Amino acid sequence: MSAPVLDVRGLVTVFHTDAGPVRAVDGVSFAVGKGETLGIVGESGSGKSVTAQSLMRLLDPPARIEGGEVLFEGRDVLTMSRRQLTAWRGAGAAMVFQDSLTGLNPVIRILRQVTEHVVAHGRMDRRAARRHGIDLLRRMGVASPERAAASYPHQFSGGMRQRVMIGIGMANDPKLLIADEPTTALDVTIQAQILDLLGNLNEKFGTAIVLISHDLGVIGTICQRIVVMYAGEVVEEGPTAAVLEDPRHPYAWALANAVPRLDSPVAERLPGIEGAPPDPLAMPAGCRFMPRCPWRLSRCGAERPPLVEVAPGRLARCWVTADGRRLPPRTEPLHAKPPQPSTREPLLVARDLVKHFPLPKKTFFGTREVVHAVNGVSLHVMPGERLGIVGESGCGKSTLARLVTRLHRPDAGDIRFDGQDIATLNGEALRRLRPRLQMVFQDPYASLNPRMRVGDILAEPLLVHGRAASPAEAAGRIASLLELVGLNPAWAARFPHEFSGGQRQRISIARALALEPSLIVADEPVSALDVNVQAQVLNLMLDLRERMGLAYLFIAHDLAVVRAFCDRVAVMYLGRIVEEAPARELFAHPAHPYTVSLLSAVPEPGRQRIVLGGEPPSTLRLPQGCAFRARCPVAQRVCAEPPPLTEIAPGHRVLCHAPGSLKGAA
Amino acid sequence: MPASRLRRRLRRYGLAWAGGAIVAGWILVAIFAPWIAPFPPEAQDIANRLAAPSAQHWLGTDILGRDVLSRLIYGSRVSLLAGFSVVLIGAAFGTAVGIIAAWLRGWGEEALMRFTDLVLCFPPIILALALAAALGIGTTNTIIAMLVVWWPKFARLARSLAIVQRSQEYVEAATVVGLPQRRILTRHVLPNTFGPIAVLCTLDLGIAILTFAGLSFLGLGVVPPTPEWGSMIAEGRELVEQWWVATFPGIAILSVVVGFNFLGDGLRDWLDPKAASR
Repeated sequence: MSAPVLDVRGLVTVFHTDAGPVRAVDGVSFAVGKGETLGIVGESGSGKSVTAQSLMRLLDPPARIEGGEVLFEGRDVLTMSRRQLTAWRGAGAAMVFQDSLTGLNPVIRILRQVTEHVVAHGRMDRRAARRHGIDLLRRMGVASPERAAASYPHQFSGGMRQRVMIGIGMANDPKLLIADEPTTALDVTIQAQILDLLGNLNEKFGTAIVLISHDLGVIGTICQRIVVMYAGEVVEEGPTAAVLEDPRHPYAWALANAVPRLDSPVAERLPGIEGAPPDPLAMPAGCRFMPRCPWRLSRCGAERPPLVEVAPGRLARCWVTADGRRLPPRTEPLHAKPPQPSTREPLLVARDLVKHFPLPKKTFFGTREVVHAVNGVSLHVMPGERLGIVGESGCGKSTLARLVTRLHRPDAGDIRFDGQDIATLNGEALRRLRPRLQMVFQDPYASLNPRMRVGDILAEPLLVHGRAASPAEAAGRIASLLELVGLNPAWAARFPHEFSGGQRQRISIARALALEPSLIVADEPVSALDVNVQAQVLNLMLDLRERMGLAYLFIAHDLAVVRAFCDRVAVMYLGRIVEEAPARELFAHPAHPYTVSLLSAVPEPGRQRIVLGGEPPSTLRLPQGCAFRARCPVAQRVCAEPPPLTEIAPGHRVLCHAPGSLKGAA
Repeated sequence: MPASRLRRRLRRYGLAWAGGAIVAGWILVAIFAPWIAPFPPEAQDIANRLAAPSAQHWLGTDILGRDVLSRLIYGSRVSLLAGFSVVLIGAAFGTAVGIIAAWLRGWGEEALMRFTDLVLCFPPIILALALAAALGIGTTNTIIAMLVVWWPKFARLARSLAIVQRSQEYVEAATVVGLPQRRILTRHVLPNTFGPIAVLCTLDLGIAILTFAGLSFLGLGVVPPTPEWGSMIAEGRELVEQWWVATFPGIAILSVVVGFNFLGDGLRDWLDPKAASR
C-alpha cells in the first residue's frame, strides 16, 4: 500500500458531560490508502459517528479531541488553523450525512448548494460553476439535472436528496469522502442505487471512501476493509471477506452472525449475544466486551487486551484469539417447528380492503387530493401462522396493519376474525374484541406512555378488561409477564425512559401478551433496533409463538428479517399485494419482477444486483394497469391492462401479466 | 467551555429559585397576615393621616390614617386568591374544552374552537371590564368576569398539545388494548399535556394578579374598605407629596408578577425535554 491518504493514530475524543467525562472515541487508529474503501461498523453508541466527526473536526463543546493524530497526506488535521481547515474541508476531504432532509438548506436552490463550495473557494466563476454543478448532478445520477438544479430540496425524494448531498461532497473532487450512514434512511431499492453510486465514484475517480454504517451488509457490498468498533475502541480490523467469514473478535462474530441473511435457513433462531454495551461512565478495567462474551477467560476481566495482529493483515483486540486461534463457527441453531398444515378455519381473513385518506384542500375551490394507501388487499392468517408483509415506505403496509387491528375503519372490503365480521364493528363490541387481536408498534420510544410506570402500563389492560380484580392481583400477573419477555419483574416500578430500545420493545410485547391474544400484528417491531438487539427480540417472538400458539402478522421493510421469521410472505407495492407465497418458495422462486429486484437489492456481499431505476410513483394518482409498470425492466404493452392474479404453484400467487419473466441473478 | 455552561445554568435556575422565593414569601404573608400585620387593616387614625414612613408606621399611613404596611399584607390575600382562582379554574375549564375538541374532531371540534375564537376576538380587559360592571362590584363578580375571558387561551394550547398526543403510538397502543376513550383521555393524553399547561399557568398567575389589580384600580374589584393593592394605588394616585401611599402597593404588584415570571421561565426550561435528558 502506498502512503495512506488518511492515517489516524490513537485518536481520543471525550465528551465532558455533567455526570463525568465520557471517552466516546478511545485510542482509535486506522489508515485509508489512496482509492481505498474502508468500512467502520458498530452499534449505536460505539463511537463510529463521533470518530467521523472528529476526523473532520466538526465537534463542538462539550466534546473535545484530547489526543492522537489525524494525518491527511502527512499533514495533521488536528493542528490546522481555522483557515487551513476551511480550505482543506471539501477539497481534501468531504462528508455526507445520514439525514438528507436536514443536511440540505430548505430555502436555497439545489444548484447554489452544490456550487457554493467551488465558488467560495474561488475556483470558478459563476457561469463555469453552473456548468460544473449541472455536470456533477448528472454524474450523481440525478434525473434531468437542469431542472433539478433550479429546484428546492423539498421537491426531491430522500434518494434524490442523498444524491445531491453526495454531489455537494464531490464538488471539489476530494481525495477522501466520509459517508456517515448514507443509506440508513432509505428504502432497499433506493439504497442499492446509492451504494452503486458510491462504488462508481471510487472506481472511476479513485476517491477514497470511509463508509460508516451499523449494517454489515451495506459495508460488505462496497468496502475492501472493515474496522469494527465497540465501546469507543477498534476491536477488529481486516479485509471485509475475512472478517465476515472468520471473525476473530467475539463482538464481530456476533455482528456477522446476528444479521438475518437471505441465504440462511428459513424461520430459525438467530444467534445473538445477550446483554448491552457497558456504561460509558464506568468502563470495565479489562476487556470491554468481557461481560457479554461467551468465550471469556479469567484474564479478560483483569487485563485490557491490546490490538494485535492475529493473522496476516488482520488485527483483533481479544485474549481468546490473540494467539491466532479462530472463534468457533456458528452453532447450528434449533429449527423452529414447521407450521402444522392446518385444516382449521383461518383466524383472520381480509377481503378487498380499501383505505383512502383525503388530504386537506390546498385552495378553497381546489379539488381534494386523496392518498390511495390501500387499494384492494386480500389476505388470510391461519391460527399459529406467521405471515410477513414486505414493502418499501409508502406501500401501505402500516395502514394495512391499522385496518386489520381496526385502528382505522376500512372504506370498503371486509375483515373476518375468527368467523366474526369486524370491519364495521365499533364501540363496546369492538372493545370486547380487542384482547384477542393485539399490536406491537415500530417505535419503542413513542409506543409507551412516558408518564406511566411499566407496571401501570401492563396493569391497565388487565384491569379494564376485568382480568384482574385489583391492582394487587394484577401485580402477580405483571411479574410473570415481565419474566416471560426476559425482564426483571422488579423493574415494574420503573419508567419507560430508564430502559433501552430493545427492553422497551420487550415491554411493548409484554403489553400485547397481557390479554392472551391469538393474533399479534407487529408493525416493523425491530427496524429501530441494533442488529444484535434485533436478533434477541426476534428470538423472543419465536419462543412466544411456540409457547403460546400465537399467530403473527409481521410487517417489515427488511426482506432478510421477514425471511428469518415468517412462514408465508406477501409483497406489497402501491397498496396492493403483488406476490404471495410460502417463505421458502418466495425466496427461492420469486416470480413478480418487483420481488425479484427487491431481493436482489438486499445489500449482501457478492450479490448480483438488478438496480431499479426511478422511485415508486405517487400514491395521489394511481397508475392505470399494472402499478409497477413504470419501473419494471420487462414491461410490455399488455401491462397497461390491470394484471390478473395467477396461482403459479400451490399457495404462490402473483399479480403480473408475465410472472417469472425477470430472472434474479443471485 | 463547561464553565460558561455552568454559569448559564446557574443564572437560569438561580432566577427561578429567586422567583420561587418571592412567590413563596407572598403566599406565607397572605396566610399569616393576622399575625404579621402590626395594625388591623381597616383601623382609621384620622389624626395621623398621611404620615410619612416612620418607626411606628414602616410604610406610612394613607388618607384615612390606616397603616399602609398592614393593608399591603392583608391585600396580598385578595390578590393571590383572585389570581389563583382565575388561573386554576380557567385552566381546568379551558384544558377540558381543548382536549375534548381535539378528540371529537369534525363538527364538534369546529363548534368548540369557533366558540373559543369568538371569546378570544374581544380585547380581554375590555370584555372583563364590561362584564364586571354588569355583574356589579365585588371580588367574586370580578373573578367570574375574568374567568370568562381567561379560559380560551388554555383551550387553544390544550387542543394543540392534544392533537400532537393523539397521533402518538402509545395512544394507538392504548386503543388496541381496548381502553375506553375516557380513560385514554384522562390517563394518557391529559398527563402528557400537563407540562406546557403548568408553565402557562405559572406565567399567567402574575398577569391575572395584575389584571385584577387593574380592575380594582378602576373601582370594579373589591368593595371599598377591604384592602386591595389596585384600589390602594387608586387612592394614592393624586397624592404626589405622599408618594408612599401608591408606591408600595405598586412595588408589591411588581414583585409578584416578576416572581411568577421567573418561576414560569425556570419551569419551562426544567420541563424542556431537551434539557431534561441531562
